[in-house]
Amino acid sequence: MITTSNLSKKYSGNQVLHIENLEIPKGQSFGLVGNNGAGKTTYFSLLLDLIQPTTGHIISNDIQVNKSEDWKPFTSAFIDESFLIGYLTPEEYFYFVGELRGQNKATVDAFVGQFEDFFHGEILGKKKYLRDLSKGNQKKAGIVAALIGNPEVVVLDEPFANLDPTTQIRLKGIVKDLAETRGVTVLISSHDLMHVTDVCERIVVLEKGEVVKDLVTNEATLKELEAHFAN
Amino acid sequence: MMKHFLKLEWKAFFRSASFGKSLGIKIFMGFMALYFMTFFLIGGFFMDKILEKVFPKLDLITAFCGLLFFWILGDLIFRFFFQKLPVMSVKPLLTLPVSRNKIVHYVLGKSALSFFNFLPLFAIIPFGIKLLFKDYPTGSLLILLLALFVTTLIINFLNFIIESFSAETELSFLPVILLTGGLFALNYYEIISFKDLIGNAFIAIYESPLLILVLLLILVITYIFNFKLLHKKLFLDSGLKTEVKEVNASNLDWTKNFGDIAPFMQLDLRLIWRNKRTKSSVWMLAIGLLYGLFFYPNSTYNNMPFFFIFIGIFSTGIFLINFGQFVPAWDSGYYKLLMSQNIKYEQYLKSKFTLMALSVVVLFVLGIPYVYFGWKILFAHFAAAIYNIGINTHVILWGGSFNRKKIDLSQKAAFNYQGTGAVQWLIGIPLLVLPMLIFALLNWLLSFEIACIVLIAMGVLGIVFHEKLMRFITGKYLESKYKMIDAFDQDN
Repeated sequence: MITTSNLSKKYSGNQVLHIENLEIPKGQSFGLVGNNGAGKTTYFSLLLDLIQPTTGHIISNDIQVNKSEDWKPFTSAFIDESFLIGYLTPEEYFYFVGELRGQNKATVDAFVGQFEDFFHGEILGKKKYLRDLSKGNQKKAGIVAALIGNPEVVVLDEPFANLDPTTQIRLKGIVKDLAETRGVTVLISSHDLMHVTDVCERIVVLEKGEVVKDLVTNEATLKELEAHFAN
Repeated sequence: MMKHFLKLEWKAFFRSASFGKSLGIKIFMGFMALYFMTFFLIGGFFMDKILEKVFPKLDLITAFCGLLFFWILGDLIFRFFFQKLPVMSVKPLLTLPVSRNKIVHYVLGKSALSFFNFLPLFAIIPFGIKLLFKDYPTGSLLILLLALFVTTLIINFLNFIIESFSAETELSFLPVILLTGGLFALNYYEIISFKDLIGNAFIAIYESPLLILVLLLILVITYIFNFKLLHKKLFLDSGLKTEVKEVNASNLDWTKNFGDIAPFMQLDLRLIWRNKRTKSSVWMLAIGLLYGLFFYPNSTYNNMPFFFIFIGIFSTGIFLINFGQFVPAWDSGYYKLLMSQNIKYEQYLKSKFTLMALSVVVLFVLGIPYVYFGWKILFAHFAAAIYNIGINTHVILWGGSFNRKKIDLSQKAAFNYQGTGAVQWLIGIPLLVLPMLIFALLNWLLSFEIACIVLIAMGVLGIVFHEKLMRFITGKYLESKYKMIDAFDQDN
């Protein structure tokens, strides 16, 4: 589904990301971990064509992302609050995103309705602008908006940060369901090793922009990761 | 402590992402300052001659003091639109061991050093020196000079009091207009003669210097009042609590008539209506529309047809200029979302174009009553409207592809009254001046009708090639996509 080859990004001679080869098959839940500055967000930004690669490219579903815009219909993302439109209510925001993805209001309503307990009654029908919601609630709205319109690739940067424990657990359920039963390729980055190992079938560790570990998740993975980061 | 604050500001200025751009503006402002300084200097130098001419029967001091009322009113209006309280990002300082008092004193102290406070001195000092040579008593003159300087400082602080109150209202410029207009009217219709009141007060100071203490007292009171106001705003929650209003959401379904650009038009309309900064540009429409009334009733302008075009472009294009110059910065807060969403740039830009073109049509129609002042004016306005739709909309959208400065729509921190400054009018100059030049030239060489028709033809040409132009503009935006994303990501 997503093929990365010879990808690198340099800022004034400083290499922040270098990935020789990375293959992410369709329907995989893929976790990216690493310390600050390891290149997680850089990789996601390259995948979404928000920055230009210095060398190499990413091919998503046979489309080279920095050459054509045809990856946009099947890809969606929530990277940070700058993906939210502060002066809209959550409903209006969902409708807007839905409309861009060819979904009418009724479909969006039905889709968003499934997430009633994820929202914990704090998002829908509150008549508040997104900018007036708390950070955690903003994040919930952003994540759900990224799921509208049956995307085949979903990119979530640090989805667990800022969420309360109940919501974290519910989010894990949602992500697992996406990959296992709907065949969606989910890319997640996180600092929380426990969450990532819970959710992702495969975990890649980045360090200073390079892939240093590529693990298929099993019982020993969490221990291995903890040992790795302890050093 | 002051040293630290100054260092911070120095760095904020030189390390800002839009440094080059704001430097250009600073240089322009520098020239404006020079211009005003010379203007005041010459004015001050010939003040005695002018006063003798206009008020031959009055003593110079009496005549001069009689004008002070108008100076105070003018200064208040001028400052309201051009002088802003020095901005400082205070949030990071609040948890540090810096006393709140110090921050406020610093900001207020800095405002006292504003250019606006020294400008009157350029007129007052040469005038004073000339009076000295006319054998007016030195001591009294110095006291009068001091009194005038203290008055500028009072106006300085008074202005911030007015601004801080009007920043909370929607029509931010209404309070100051009402206040100054009201005072002027009371004086004009001789209900209360503020002119004499203020004049006599200054003459009294001139005659008995101890009275200057009253002025100093007023200065201290305005300072303390300002201090209290700002001090209150230095708490984080002061910005938050007013905002949680219930939303009245309208569904804007009528935009569906515009086809595939409908979602963007809905977004733009909500953008305009739900943010304080954009909302003020809606109120500007009223000013633009009524702008002609300042000129047309005066018959001297009737022989200057190029003025019709100026007012035509301005009054039909005020929304275009105000809104268009910040495309795409209006969307800078969520630009990354738009760029990774399933959208076509062309639709996004077309929505902006449609809004601007619609505004021109509406403003032209609302301006039809100007025909009262002559059919020529209506014809010129029509030509200007077509030119606006065909040429200026495209020019301003094209210009937007060079836009690298983020606009923080949700900005509601203390000390921030952004969005009402003078700078945003600068970009309007080429949009206004070019058609005026073309028109003036043709009007002079050929005739009024031909000049209008040429402008119309240019506009029609722009409309005919609309698709082509939009493709070109879209290309420009695509080219600078990464630069824009990067710039909009930065805070300053």
